[in-house]
Amino acid sequence: MSLPKRILKEAERLQVDAPEGSYRILEEYATEMMFKGLKPAQGPDGSPFEKGIFSLELWLPSSYPMEPPRVRFLTKIYHPNIDKLGRICLDILKDKWSPALQIRTVLLSIQALLSAPNPDDPLANDVAEHYKSDEKAAIQVSKEWTHKFAQPA
Amino acid sequence: MSDDSDNYMDAASFEGSDIVEDYQSSNPSEAFSDDDVEIEDNEAFIVNEPVKPKKSKFDVDYKVYDINDIISNQQSETEQVCSIFGLQRQDATILLRHFGWNREKLIERYSEDPERILKQVGLAPGTSASAQSDSRANSPVRLKRVKGFTCEICFTGSEDTSTQTLALACGHRFCSDCWKMHCEEKISGQGESRKIECMQGDCQTVMSEQVISQVVPEYIFQRYQTLANKTYVEDNRRGLRFCPGPDCGNVIECQVRGSDLESLIPIVVCKCGQASCFGCSFSGDHRPALCGVTKLWVKKCEDDSETANWISANTKECPRCHSTIEKNGGCNHMTCRKCRHEWCWICMGDWSAHGTSYYNCNRFEDKSGKDARDGQQKSRVSLERYLHYYNRFSNHEQSARLDQELYAKTERKMDEMQRSTSLTWIEVQFVKKAVETVTKCRMTLKWTYAMAYYLDRNSMTELFEDNQADLEKAVENLSELLEKPLDVETIPELRSQMQNATNYVKSRQNILLEDTLQGHMEDRWSYHITIPSLA
Repeated sequence: MSLPKRILKEAERLQVDAPEGSYRILEEYATEMMFKGLKPAQGPDGSPFEKGIFSLELWLPSSYPMEPPRVRFLTKIYHPNIDKLGRICLDILKDKWSPALQIRTVLLSIQALLSAPNPDDPLANDVAEHYKSDEKAAIQVSKEWTHKFAQPA
Repeated sequence: MSDDSDNYMDAASFEGSDIVEDYQSSNPSEAFSDDDVEIEDNEAFIVNEPVKPKKSKFDVDYKVYDINDIISNQQSETEQVCSIFGLQRQDATILLRHFGWNREKLIERYSEDPERILKQVGLAPGTSASAQSDSRANSPVRLKRVKGFTCEICFTGSEDTSTQTLALACGHRFCSDCWKMHCEEKISGQGESRKIECMQGDCQTVMSEQVISQVVPEYIFQRYQTLANKTYVEDNRRGLRFCPGPDCGNVIECQVRGSDLESLIPIVVCKCGQASCFGCSFSGDHRPALCGVTKLWVKKCEDDSETANWISANTKECPRCHSTIEKNGGCNHMTCRKCRHEWCWICMGDWSAHGTSYYNCNRFEDKSGKDARDGQQKSRVSLERYLHYYNRFSNHEQSARLDQELYAKTERKMDEMQRSTSLTWIEVQFVKKAVETVTKCRMTLKWTYAMAYYLDRNSMTELFEDNQADLEKAVENLSELLEKPLDVETIPELRSQMQNATNYVKSRQNILLEDTLQGHMEDRWSYHITIPSLA
């Protein structure tokens, strides 16, 4: 079965015009409609995730784009809105999803989330608590994790 | 009104019994030979008409609506809003849904600032660049074929094809297939009916019912309407609730506040015959127990707390390693399998101190052994207490079922008798009446046990238990009569016995309910636990 035009088009556009320079599609968007290992080259500058390279898993349900894509961090990350399993708390991945949004917009939103952690709407409670009680120390941990887990092989 | 539905209070009210007595006085066996058969038949017919129940002050007012009533209610509410503000019907519907069908609030807010409200609910065209200038009112949203259109969602369509498209008032145009999939996903996938918005991100323009019907297939649209009716009932703050009866889609309207539930039990009976409690949605008549008591009791009977109770009543813990041990036979010299500790089952003390003098188990004063025994004693008593009430509770449930089965058998027999003897249908109806009464009274009795479990022991409770005992005796008596064999010769005698017993049971039930419900209102009952409030 060939992929819907929408997905082909999106993949095509992503190759050419990925946000913030260099997203690469590592594995071919094969039959299961899975873009695996989309790699933002780095976390946004100025954030604790700067220079980190995070792998994401992106899975498109069969009713995509009517349903949002499922996105998950494969790289460990110390962030109040991303839990141990890499699940992401992001409104557009849930009820604010609109079919007019694209993978590109999702990736941009994730980058924005990395720049601006929101501990008031936490997914990883312990991290959020840490961010609220001692932001400096928490940012330090985030930096350490970025250094430890999110470096290019 | 509830009046037209056969009401539960039929069984409980005195009026019901009056009618039965009327029927008794007009001896139907004479009817056959008499000339005025017609009249007799008529009278006999009245007996089976739904009796208009006398309203007692413990009953609540309610209405039963079927699905068509629900639809026409929505229509009339919508029309009122239309006529006040001169809105289109579909827009008024969207507004009402947004405000949870709270018309007063809608009217108030809309009068303050119509522009803002329209925008808030997604009725004002967005500020999108492609927004059409013509106003919504004079250009209804229609499907439109556009040549050389490429849909921004599925990327189909090219320069030389024409595509069926649609744009809401906001002007975001997409192909009709995407709209269809979008609606299908929202309706079938997410069960959404309050608000289906434009597909453009951040655009809050709402799709009206008329637009949805244009893009989705008939069966999806029907689902949408079903969902919309359901949300109408669920959102409605006027007090609407679905009847919990199986396959019954009726809706019951009743005005009961949460705080009323501390003294009132709002039992409602749907047209389908299902009795339910409007306060706690319990599907059945749980009088005389309050909603809070019912909730506690149902939970207690469902959850595992009684398993834990059984364990603590029937097992002991090894005094050293605290493994739970059930003694299923053998002597009292216990050796723990786990820690090899040897101890005495009776006194929980160390076995070594028993030596050879077991039968004079002289460790009686041992403190730790005593505590262990006390603890066990306590949980055993508590379990016994619970089982006392639970057994009676479930016994009445069981018996009610058995009574029904017995009646099914009796009914077959009555059928036969009607064919083989001169008895008429109406002459054997007294059994039916009796079974109905027994069943209803058993329900009442059942719940008296749930209530009694939580009651404090005082003189009020004793009065309650007296009433309970009276009703129970009466019910058992009638139940016994039901088991008597039916013979042509004995029927007249049995009938009068059974009718008398039925009337007596009804009056006992009435007394118990009236007194208990009155007690709720007067706050006469005291419980040994705090009854959770459902407010």
